[in-house]
Parts: sequence; structure tokens; C-alpha cells
Amino acid sequence: MSETKVKPVRKKMNRAEFKEHCWGLAFVSPPFIGFLIFMAFPIAFAFVASLTKWNGMNDMMANFVGAENYIKLLGDEKFWKVLLNTVIYMIGIPIGMILALVIAVGMNRKIRGIKVLRTLYYVPVVSSLVAVAILWMWVFNYDYGLLNSIIKALTGAHGPNWLGDEFWVKVSIIIFMVWKGLGGSIILYLSGLQSIPRDYYEAAKIDGASGFNLFRHITIPLVSPVTFYLLITGLIGGFQVFVEVLVMVPTGGLNYSAATVVFYLYDKAFGNNQMGYGSAMAFILAILIFIVTAINFKVQDKWVKTIE
Amino acid sequence: MANLDEKSSEVKTKKAKIVDGGVFTILLLGAVVMVFPLVYMVLSSFMTKNQILSADFSIIPDPWKFGKYAEVLQKPEFLRGLRNTLMVALPVLAVGGFTSSLAAFSFSKLRFRGKSSIFLGLLATMMIPFAVVMIPQYVMFTKMGWTNSLLPLIIPGLFGNVSIIFFLRQNLTSVPDSIVEAAKIDGCGYFRMYYGIFLPLMKGALMTQLILWFMGIWNDYLAPTIFIQDEQWFTLQVVIRSFNAYYAVNSDYPLIMAASVLAILPTLLLFFFFQRYIIESMAVSGIKG
Repeated sequence: MSETKVKPVRKKMNRAEFKEHCWGLAFVSPPFIGFLIFMAFPIAFAFVASLTKWNGMNDMMANFVGAENYIKLLGDEKFWKVLLNTVIYMIGIPIGMILALVIAVGMNRKIRGIKVLRTLYYVPVVSSLVAVAILWMWVFNYDYGLLNSIIKALTGAHGPNWLGDEFWVKVSIIIFMVWKGLGGSIILYLSGLQSIPRDYYEAAKIDGASGFNLFRHITIPLVSPVTFYLLITGLIGGFQVFVEVLVMVPTGGLNYSAATVVFYLYDKAFGNNQMGYGSAMAFILAILIFIVTAINFKVQDKWVKTIE
Repeated sequence: MANLDEKSSEVKTKKAKIVDGGVFTILLLGAVVMVFPLVYMVLSSFMTKNQILSADFSIIPDPWKFGKYAEVLQKPEFLRGLRNTLMVALPVLAVGGFTSSLAAFSFSKLRFRGKSSIFLGLLATMMIPFAVVMIPQYVMFTKMGWTNSLLPLIIPGLFGNVSIIFFLRQNLTSVPDSIVEAAKIDGCGYFRMYYGIFLPLMKGALMTQLILWFMGIWNDYLAPTIFIQDEQWFTLQVVIRSFNAYYAVNSDYPLIMAASVLAILPTLLLFFFFQRYIIESMAVSGIKG
């Protein structure tokens, strides 16, 4: 019996429990089977493929090269460039969060008609990414675009070549992404703000805290779970930015200045049939996402507060 | 700062009213900036090509031309794209909604071995970047000859959607487990328990999730553009993008804008009708997820 301490013997199920066990498993089997076919198997497959010079048509295992793709990637200047571009786009994450928090604080007031505004801010979120990316391509158009027309009307000078310039193309895509995602962050901050007990502010006010101090010492810490969530999802999504670039700058921009990691990966895998190389890049991307997410969870105790 | 003067039970002071007015004005300006590109998109779909390309910037169409919408709606590619998108959405929502809600019921209310590990496994998939699985999935679908059909977009969806399972499971935690015990004593089978008791209980949440899922399928561009080779099976978003490439050559921007408006309209209408539920579920899944 001393064995049971080390490895507890599973309790035997009676008939009714066994029946429930079977039905329970049966009911979750469709998503589980789907997970095996469309996630688990492809992940394992992609890992093996990343160790080969596979082009989708040749014999994968006959072209086994070990870690060569990974080593090549580390020396691939283009890869570092697209990784840097991807990270630069992430500047949009804090910009979006700050704007969203400020707007959400304003919307948290009980003002008639404020809900209509909330809806307006949310419209870009539900709009088709392709359609609004096409729209913004037009907004950023150098000669006739909305933005340059406004700049010309206001200042008389010609605006920048938004999508055709190595620097401005990044600004353009950041503007676009902040615009597209802002409404979602506002909604989340708003629900975070609404869960802050009003007494906190009352008590601090009695102690003579100023409006800015209330914001700094009560609002910001108490919406930190939302900030954390937005940061995590923003980073995970940020590493995978692709469609907006593909639609707005199909070539990847002047000197590849707009391309992201997934853009390069897509180009390699489906444009050049370098499936093995593409898979290796996908794995590095997944590992980067995993590391960044893990670090975030590790340090969250330092700044994420919860309402007791 | 904002919460300072806000006391719903009390009458607002004069100062608070002024602050309210200021805040409202600023937020209104921001909202105008946010929707202005979309308004401009609609307006320019009514313009002539010459007006859009003229050096004098103008916002109001002069003259108003309504013909571009009819032109888009008569393009066979557009109608085919619409049909294809709906042919993906309908089976996925019907079958996927069923499998997702059934699994959510099981995860939430039934006792079986391996439950938590299976659930965690499914949740972990939400962290895997699509880029990792898209290459093997593409090869898989090519080998099976699916890339000349809509199957790569339909079949995976039939197995259910992890975020919906997660959301519905959360939703069911508020339902007491004693209902299951009571139903068991009455000799109710497990499928009937789902169909007769729990499905009606999660109807509202399921509807909201299906609307969101529909929007996701409608707006999806990445999967169709990678997996679908045959033009005949392009979904609406892929068609819109190819319109953009094709008609930009002869600068037919009004047509491109009209097509884009049509691509946005259905999800926008759904959002306006079901706003309350959509925003609520957004907020809940965001905070708890």
C-alpha cells in the first residue's frame, strides 16, 4: 500500500460514472480531433520541414539539412530587416493604449449621447480589414489622396509620399493599425474603468488629491489588468502583422522597408517555394512570441494590480 | 480626472456641466476623425473618376453618380465571391456552432478523465501563430485536392471554434451543476440534457458568438488567399482585393470604393443591430480571457 503514496491508484469508475466519462469525451471529440488534424499534426510537420530544403514538391526527408535553415536565417540580412520593421510597427501598441485610455476616461462620464460616439469609434474594428486597407491606400495616395489634399489645403505644401518612402511607409502603417484597433481598446478600458469602485475616488478627494493624481494613482494602477491584456494581445498580434502590409504595400515597400516577418515568410514559402526555410522562420516567430509572452507573465506581478 | 465630478445620484454642478461639454466636444472631434475616412469612402463611390483625380480637392460628389453600385453588383466575380463567402459561412456556423456548444457543455458540466488536459491543449492552440501551421495546412489541402474548392475554409470550421468553446464554457459556470444531477435522476440522457436544457440556456451567448464568427468569416482574407487557388472559388474579400489591383490600373477609384463599401456594409449592419451584445461579449472575453 505504500506504493499508493507515490503513485495514487486511479479510483475505479462505477457504471454511471463510466457512462458520463464516455459521453463527456464524445462531446469534446470534434474540437479535439480538429485540433489534432489542423494544429498538432501541422505543427509537428512544420518542425520537421524546417530542418529540410523542402520546396513542397521534392522528397522532404531526402533533403534533410538539420539546423541549416536556422543558421542561414541568423545571417539573413533581410530577415533582420523585416524583424526590425515588425518591432517598429509595435510603436503603435502604446500609442493606441494611451489614446484609448484617455478616450475611455472621457467616455466614462455620464453624458447624454456619449454611447453614439462609442459606436463611431468602434466602426473600424468591425469593418473588413481588406476594404479599409484599400481605403487607406487611397487616403495615403501621394497625388490625390485625402491626407495630402488636406495637408495641401492647410499648408500649401505637398505632403510626404506616404507609402512610397522608407520612413513614411512605417508611419502610415502605424497610423492605420492604431485607427483600426482603437475602438476595441476603448471598450476594454471602459469596462475596466467601470469596475473601479467610486469610493476610491471619493476617499482620495477627501484627502485632497488633485484630478491628475487621481488619474495617476488610482485609475492607471486599477486598469492595469486591461493594459496587461492589451499589451499581451497587441504583442502577439504585432508579431504577426501581414494582411495590412500585403494589401497596402504589395511589393513590401521600397527596399523592403514595409515588409514584416510574416510577409517575408509568405514571400519565401509561397513565392519562392522555399517551404523549409519558411517553416524555420515560422518557428523562430513562434519562439519569439512565446518568449515575449512568458516574460510579460513573469513581470506582471510588478505592475499589474487587481481590485480587492 | 473624469470621475471627479461624476456622481450619478446628485445633480450635476455648473462646473461639471461645462467639463462635460468640453469632454463631449473633444470626443466628438475624435469620432469625426475616426469615421471621416469611411465617410469619404462612401462619398467618393458616388463621384466621377475625373472629380476624384482633379487637382481641386472636394468632398461632396458633383454630380452624384449612383451607377457604380449597379456596376459592381453586375460583375459576375462579385456575385460569385458573395456566394462563396456565404457557402463557407452557412455550414461552418450551423455545424461549428453545434460542435462548439456541445463541447462547451461537456467541458463545463460533465465529469470525464482528461478533461482539463484536453481543454488546456485546445486553449494553447490560440497562442500558436497561424504562420506556423499555414504551410503544412496548405500542403495538406493541396495533396487532398481541396484547393480547387471551398473545403479548406469549410472543413476546419466544422470541428468547432476554440474561443467560442471558451466563452460558452465561462457562460455556463453561472448555471448550477445541480441541474445535471437532477436531470440524471430523471433518467435524462446526456445528449438530451444538452439539447433540452443547456442549449436553450446558452442560446443568447451562442447567437452573439455566431454573429462574431460570421463577421470573422466574412472579413477573413488570409486563409482564402493562401488556400484557394481556383478563381472560381474566391471569397468576397479576395475578389475585392483583386478589383483593387485590376481597376486601379485605369484609375476607376469610384468603382473600387463602391465595392469596398459593399464589402463592409453587412458586418456594419450586423454590428449596429446587435451592438449591445457584441460590445458586452467583447468586454467580457477581453477581461476574463
